[in-house]
Parts: sequence; C-alpha cells; structure tokens
Amino acid sequence: MKSAVILFPGSNRERDMMTALEKVHGARPHLVWHGETTLPDVDLVVLPGGFSYGDYLRCGAIAARSPIMADVIAKAARGLRVLGVCNGFQILTEAGLLPGALMRNGSLKFTCKFVHLKVENTATDFTRLFPRQAIIRCPVAHGDGNYFADSETLARLEGEGRVVFRYCNVAGEVTPEANPNTSLNNIAGLMNETGNVVGLMPHPENFIEPLHGGSDCRPLFESLLQAA
Amino acid sequence: MKARITVTLKRGVLDPQGKAIERALHTLGFGEVDHVRQGKFIELELPGADAAAARAEVEAMCERLLANTVIEDYQIELGQ
Repeated sequence: MKSAVILFPGSNRERDMMTALEKVHGARPHLVWHGETTLPDVDLVVLPGGFSYGDYLRCGAIAARSPIMADVIAKAARGLRVLGVCNGFQILTEAGLLPGALMRNGSLKFTCKFVHLKVENTATDFTRLFPRQAIIRCPVAHGDGNYFADSETLARLEGEGRVVFRYCNVAGEVTPEANPNTSLNNIAGLMNETGNVVGLMPHPENFIEPLHGGSDCRPLFESLLQAA
Repeated sequence: MKARITVTLKRGVLDPQGKAIERALHTLGFGEVDHVRQGKFIELELPGADAAAARAEVEAMCERLLANTVIEDYQIELGQ
C-alpha cells in the first residue's frame, strides 16, 4: 500500500497523518510538497489538516489552486483514492472534488474536543471494516467546519448515501447538541459520486491506538489497506 | 485600471460573523440596525484601458479564485 501526504505551507497535521498511515499500512508515505507537479505512483493521497496559506482568502482556497492539485484532480478523476482531513476537507471542496463549502462554525469558536460520529455508509473503500451504523469517538479541532450546500445538492448527497460520517451523541442520536459546528444535517464527512474521494472534518489519524485513549478510527486506515 | 471587488455571502447563507457584529452594534446602542452582513473587499490593478476586457478578466478571477460561488456573490467596480 503506497500513499502520499501533501504538504502545503501552513499544514500542521502531516506528521500525525504519516505516523498513522505508517503504523497501519506498514509503509512510510511519501511527503509531497505542494509545489510539485506530479504525484508519485501511489494508491492513496491524503490532504492533511492545518492552516494552509494561513487560511487567507478562504480556508483551503489557495491550497486548492497549488501546482500539485492539478495532478490530484486529474488522477482522482481516474479513480485514485483521495482522503482530506480537516483543512484537507476544505481544500477538497475548494478544488471542486467534493460539493458544498465549509464555513465558519456557527458558534464562531474554534472547537477542539472529542465528538461521536455515526458511520452512515460502510459500503465504501474508506469504511468497509466498520460495523454497520457504527458509533465511534473521534477528535475535532477546527474553526471552519460548518458544512453548507444548497438544498438540491444536500438532497442528492443524502439520497445517494454520500454522507459517510455524521455527528451524533453517544447513543447515536443525530441532535443539534451533538453538532460541534452547525453543519447542515450534522454532516461530518462525505464522498464524491464515484466513492474514491472522501473528506471529513474530524481527525481519525489521532485516534488509532491505545495511547490516544482509543482506536475507534483505526478501521478507516485498515479499510483503505484492504481496498488497495 | 483599478478594479474593486466586493465579495459577500449569498442571501440565505447564514452569516454568523454578521450576526455577531449586529449584536455588538445593538449593545453599543445602535438598536435599529438589522441584516448586518460581513464580506471582503479586494482591490487590484490591471494594465490597459479597455473596461469590457478588464471586467471579463476580473470576472474570471472571481469565478476561479476570489469568490466561492457556492456560498458567495461578488460585485466588480472598475475605476481609476
């Protein structure tokens, strides 16, 4: 299983992501500078969390137009698996690889805490090893995770089962109180039409081993390994 | 030629920053204030004097980078 993590100026979770990928996949990922124009030969590309370009203009907006992203977009169209976490999710929406936009949290506060997620779709290459409708814990750390899409897009996402992760409470109930950022329909993560691009705001790379306090998110990386 | 671009959230898109500003204005005694929206202002310079060409180019910039048309509208004003 070969993977690459893209490093943008202002990324800060690339190391955590590389450690998680290496621990679960047994191979050190490539670290690819955003100014490169060609990806190495890999099965998975990850856009990590952070504050690319200092969140100037809009979160992820400038990173989405950086040289390497042209190759990420071209190869995603041919089926390459792409995972975007936090700022990576924002970059995916700005690049047009995922629909909608991530706006300022309704609270206007940066939210750093554990949340519960419901794995809504376990028929994806990213989630196949989670039990159906699994309720997992996962940390979030973001100020702009408030998912927005127009009502037509939202209906299509829901109808096609493309909402992969949803904020819920410990009992699995999808409530406004369980939503850390006022995302529409409590959306925490979604996939593209062909299922090879997934973005989510929470940080699964930070909850994969006992030292983290739990390993609820490990099946995401194991699923990708099995799919590859 | 100078171009001045105003980017604002579309109608119907919740603007929590605008709401926070509105509440602060109310606190300061401007209680009649309503519908506060926050946006961005971008100014840039282009060579040439052809206003139509300049407008077309700035529109392309807005569509490709300066605005996220999923959530934002933009207005372009050309001048000296």
